[in-house]
Amino acid sequence: MLSKPPVEIRTSPHLKKAQTVEDIMRNVVYALLPICAYAVWQFGLSALALIVVTVATCVGAEALFARLQGGRNTVGDFSVTITGILLALTLPPGFPLWMAAVAGVVAVGLGKVLFGGIGYNVMNPALIGRAFVQAAFPVAITTWTPGFAPGRFTEFIPSTLALPFMQPAPVADWIAGLKVDAFTGATPLAMQKFDHVEAGTLDLFMGSVPGSAGETSALLILLCGLFLAARRMMDWKIPLAVFAGALLVALPLWLANPQVYPSPGFVLFSGGLMLGAVFMATDMVASPVTPLGVILYGLLIGVVTVVIRLFGGLNEGVMYAILLANALSPLISDWTQPRVFGERRQGRWLSRKPEGP
Amino acid sequence: MGLLDLIIPRRTFSHGGIHPAEHKELTAALPIRRLPFAPELAVLLSQHRGAPAVPVVKVGQEVVRGEPIARAAGFVSVPMHAPATGVVKAIAPWATAEGPKAEAIVIEVYEAAPQQVLYDAVVDVEALTPDEIVMAVQEAGLVGLGGAAFPSHVKMKPPKGKRVEIVVVNGCECEPYLTCDHRIMLEKTDALLRGIRIAMKATGVSRAMIGVEDNKLDAVAAIQAKLPADGGITVHAIETKYPQGAEKMLIESLLDRQVPPGGLPADVGVAVFNVGTLAQIGELLPRGRGLIERVVTVSGPGVQRPGNYLVPIGTPLRFLLDHVGAKPGANEVILGGPMMGMSVASVDVPITKAVSGIVVYERGDADQTHRFVFPCIKCARCVEACPMHLNPSMLGELARKRQYETMEQKYNLNDCFECGCCAYVCPSNIPLTQYFRIAKAIRREQKIAAAEENK
Repeated sequence: MLSKPPVEIRTSPHLKKAQTVEDIMRNVVYALLPICAYAVWQFGLSALALIVVTVATCVGAEALFARLQGGRNTVGDFSVTITGILLALTLPPGFPLWMAAVAGVVAVGLGKVLFGGIGYNVMNPALIGRAFVQAAFPVAITTWTPGFAPGRFTEFIPSTLALPFMQPAPVADWIAGLKVDAFTGATPLAMQKFDHVEAGTLDLFMGSVPGSAGETSALLILLCGLFLAARRMMDWKIPLAVFAGALLVALPLWLANPQVYPSPGFVLFSGGLMLGAVFMATDMVASPVTPLGVILYGLLIGVVTVVIRLFGGLNEGVMYAILLANALSPLISDWTQPRVFGERRQGRWLSRKPEGP
Repeated sequence: MGLLDLIIPRRTFSHGGIHPAEHKELTAALPIRRLPFAPELAVLLSQHRGAPAVPVVKVGQEVVRGEPIARAAGFVSVPMHAPATGVVKAIAPWATAEGPKAEAIVIEVYEAAPQQVLYDAVVDVEALTPDEIVMAVQEAGLVGLGGAAFPSHVKMKPPKGKRVEIVVVNGCECEPYLTCDHRIMLEKTDALLRGIRIAMKATGVSRAMIGVEDNKLDAVAAIQAKLPADGGITVHAIETKYPQGAEKMLIESLLDRQVPPGGLPADVGVAVFNVGTLAQIGELLPRGRGLIERVVTVSGPGVQRPGNYLVPIGTPLRFLLDHVGAKPGANEVILGGPMMGMSVASVDVPITKAVSGIVVYERGDADQTHRFVFPCIKCARCVEACPMHLNPSMLGELARKRQYETMEQKYNLNDCFECGCCAYVCPSNIPLTQYFRIAKAIRREQKIAAAEENK
């Protein structure tokens, strides 16, 4: 019988849902794996090396910083793995590995640890890393190589193995050697912006075009996003709002002048918009918490992305759009506090007749 | 009914809520059984909201089962009745679930006494005026038996300027493990309906709605079969979703009205009573008796013979647990349900009018495993789960920074009724509800201190 007094004193609630932070982060990693696989299939050995290097440097940097700080080692929660994978997926497939390593260290150090680690980062760490190398290595990060090169599983893209602090070998000769005539390495976005040549929507959707390692197949990204949304580990409202925001700007322009401005399908499926909307903008830590806030946040990303693409100097703007929205998200949350139960439609409650059965 | 049920979702409240494992199958099918009398009963003088009752017996005095032993101290207070025939052994501080000891009348039970309630009178309830009913309900010592323990007669007399137009009967029982209200609806249907009529008469309304979660459709059917034909009382199956049984949620589910922040159900023309309370009103008032026992669900992984027991008020937990058999590894006893109940530090704590259930956990239970607390990852699950439309994520951050005043003034801390949904869903295992409970307590103290200074 209960001879000894009870020993556990806990406060309510005494029940906990089983899902933890690790579960969510692990599932995001699962959702990213098919995209990694496609990147390797499309771009070969170089993409694989890129992913391995960024994940390794991100994880290594997190472990190192945790050790220096004397805190708990947070590598096991998988969030840094996500940062590593996402970083690789946003880089050009032939990006020199030493630069990728720099991006990894910056992503974790500057984007995450500096703010206090998981839960405290203001912006998406992977994008911080990418923004850094975009500024530091402007040539390398805009050097695109075509996918499905014949020898991609046996040899690296020449620029991949550039030595630290050396200029990467120009890839123009290598691309010429491949004798692929379709796209000469330029991304569909650049071709649209500067030459007004639009890639086929189907090619963009399926992912047979050049681009960053993991951004090419819109279909695959959508499917992986659906997996997460179905498990309720991603807020599906954010990508939808991003698409809506992008179309909000792109659609009227295209209707006005389809010769110059891209079609809605092109806007949605080209460049990094899909990857950014589904996997970057949905970063829980850096997005607002309120129901209305996430919609505004998504719309903002969509609008800014297209404005940069069409009117800015760059041909891709999704990274800066997300970083800007990340920075604004605490404010957005604050502006869109949910209205407390009972505060709404005050006058109406009293006048309402009780309903029958 | 039938096919339509699959298409049309059941009524429920508009925002938030969770679906924890119910565990009701442990006791839902077990009829109510009487628990024997403990050798010693401790009737706490303050087991309801409002002023503690004042003893009207002396130490050494013999009391008869059902006899008043303490009187109400004012309008918002209720009397106490002797739960057993015996002798008053002491009027002294006794262990409570809340922690600090509180005054209790301790009765040593006569083993040889027949324990028949002799202290009663036949009352023609039909002949009573509404005010007389309110008085009779107070004299019977009735409080909300769903757990809030607010004196029932006070709810029958809404404050000046407020008018009650409908009685809402709470048969939701949304806490996991608990099945006492379920059994009462099945076994004491007549007393329940009698109680509803009495409450309707007292409040002067012609309409009552019974809300029952749709995991208890047998109870809905049992009530439906006995409903009077005039249509004044209706029963509704509503979605099984915690915290459906919170009165604000239930009112919204049934009537689509929201009680304003800081307001009472009377502000939207409603008075809410728990089914257990009304069944007791229906049983006690016609016989002129007082509340001396209640149905308690004893359940959980640490109990050998779970069940629904009719327990005399004042029975120490130790006796109750010995009777139902605690498993060797039992290490935690919760008064109430697992979502809003309290772990007790001592098994000397007696059953009070507010205790609807006892949940016992065993060592090593999955719900007891210590989990690492991560920083908030702003996943917004708590914002989604909060039935009061609060922002627990932000409130949690502010609590960590001890900005209690901001929590209260800008983020509506006081609208939180500590249902526990936020802490339940939090993947970072942040004890949000616990933070808010502390924050509210500190704010109360700060306000008292400020008032002292201004004097």
